[in-house]
Amino acid sequence: MAGLDPMALGVFIALFLLVTVLGFFAARWRRGDLTQLSEWGLGGRRFGSVVTWFLLGGDLYTAYTFVAVPALMFGGGAVGFFAVPYAAIAYVFMFLAFPRFWSVARAKGYVTGADFVRGRFGSRSLALAIALTGIVATMPYIALQLVGMEVVLAGLGIHGEWPLVIAFVILAAYTYASGLRAPAMIAVVKDVLIYVTVIAAVIVIPMELGGFGKIFAAVAPGKLTLPTDALANPGAFSYATLALGSAMALFLYPHAATGVLSASSRHVVKRNAVALPAYSVVLGLVAFLGTMALAAGVKAMPQYADGFKTFGNNYAVPALFLHMFPGWFVGVAFAAIAIGALVPAAIMSIACANLFTRNIYREFFKPDCTPARESQVAKIVSLVVKAGALAFIVGGQATAAIELQLLGGIWIIQTLPAVLLGLYTRWLHPRALLLGWIAGMAAGTWMAGASGFKAAVYVLHIGGLDLPCYAALSSLVLNLIVSYALSLLFNALSNTRADQTATEDYA
Amino acid sequence: MDGRQKGGFRPVHLLLIVPFVGCLWVPFYNRALPALAGIPFFYWYQILWVALTALILFIVYVAEGRE
Repeated sequence: MAGLDPMALGVFIALFLLVTVLGFFAARWRRGDLTQLSEWGLGGRRFGSVVTWFLLGGDLYTAYTFVAVPALMFGGGAVGFFAVPYAAIAYVFMFLAFPRFWSVARAKGYVTGADFVRGRFGSRSLALAIALTGIVATMPYIALQLVGMEVVLAGLGIHGEWPLVIAFVILAAYTYASGLRAPAMIAVVKDVLIYVTVIAAVIVIPMELGGFGKIFAAVAPGKLTLPTDALANPGAFSYATLALGSAMALFLYPHAATGVLSASSRHVVKRNAVALPAYSVVLGLVAFLGTMALAAGVKAMPQYADGFKTFGNNYAVPALFLHMFPGWFVGVAFAAIAIGALVPAAIMSIACANLFTRNIYREFFKPDCTPARESQVAKIVSLVVKAGALAFIVGGQATAAIELQLLGGIWIIQTLPAVLLGLYTRWLHPRALLLGWIAGMAAGTWMAGASGFKAAVYVLHIGGLDLPCYAALSSLVLNLIVSYALSLLFNALSNTRADQTATEDYA
Repeated sequence: MDGRQKGGFRPVHLLLIVPFVGCLWVPFYNRALPALAGIPFFYWYQILWVALTALILFIVYVAEGRE
């Protein structure tokens, strides 16, 4: 594997120290009473358009994204590009539904999606299901951020678990101290580094490799586009369902809700739905890095053989940067990815902590707990969540984390009827929603299990057709059918609701 | 009374269907040619749709402001 490059390592460590200082300093930024959950866990709901743009950009486009999307392009070709249409249409959902979510959360003091479901449908069990889904879908996502960090550390020539442990202990300490203000501030550095790295990469590397024409000529002809048979697997149909299902799932993740609710107004949310696609353009360019790695032929080079052996295709981007860039810029690029792991890891652990504190601890154990106690519990849970993710990766369970994250997407989409449709209607019956959730969770998990949790696409046999469909989408359809059909029945039996929200709360 | 917000929907919201068609009708763009600066159609078309989606959202945002 690559030896230590002092220049790369020096730049990397300097940038890492910079964000550490920022992380602790953030507690003083727009100072608020951090013993309140909405201050620690939502930054006081005071972030304007620009900070929210950086925060959500840093939150949604994670280190693992920047490693795994090019890795998919490197290995699978065209099919890996579904992340781009996904990252376009997700913002249509954000634009339409999430200003309503922001408004009702502000009016009623909700901190999580499960808070909203509890208030809207008056069902503790449904809210618990939503909260647990959020927590179990997010935990492996945090673990994957560590995988992203591990890959670039190995690229720098740093091995063993201790650097990962140190990075996470520092992260845990400033998240504990500063709450959501820390990742919001660090996100600015992260995003600037990512933009610089990606823009430099898409200018310099194609020049070195003789242009995009030559780069794409390195892709096997069968992988340059999808098979012409739309129902092939992978094919056009599975590609479209992956993009649509992922787009519907994205804003249901707790860390997305945390980012949205920290905005200072519903207009900030709307403006960001318009402005955030700028990151998706960058994501498209990041995907090309996988193709560039293919054209550069890094996999055949002996100095990267160990990296590919350990990390598989996830090593494509680090190998490409090491091969193409001078040492100091490798330091910048790798710092961009590593810091890109810290921001979402912090927000995700805060989101899990908010869910546990609000929807499990206060709901079931301490209904009369004080706001200060609530904030204290959340801080401790954010530590526990990060320790769990760290133990998972240090324990060598990276493959399990990837499989669980794949399942996480299928699970989180099952909260769509209660959370997203709940923003528009309370006609759905909470018991029907809960049974729909159970049906969707079971069917989705079973479909992913049919491939040994390796593939998210499951082939449905409908009327003599073989439809390869993203399991999240097909299980969501089942969930919706159950939710609507049983709501008809339950509403006919007893149509009483305990809705704490009023129409004007959503405007 | 079903909790639905009155006046939430406006005809300009129909524009928001367009990105779904542009992004998800895969057979339309599942081809290598015409390439743009060496980038096959499949790829630049989808990146273009990211920008067009943002543009459509911007148009709807501005139109919503003029109530």
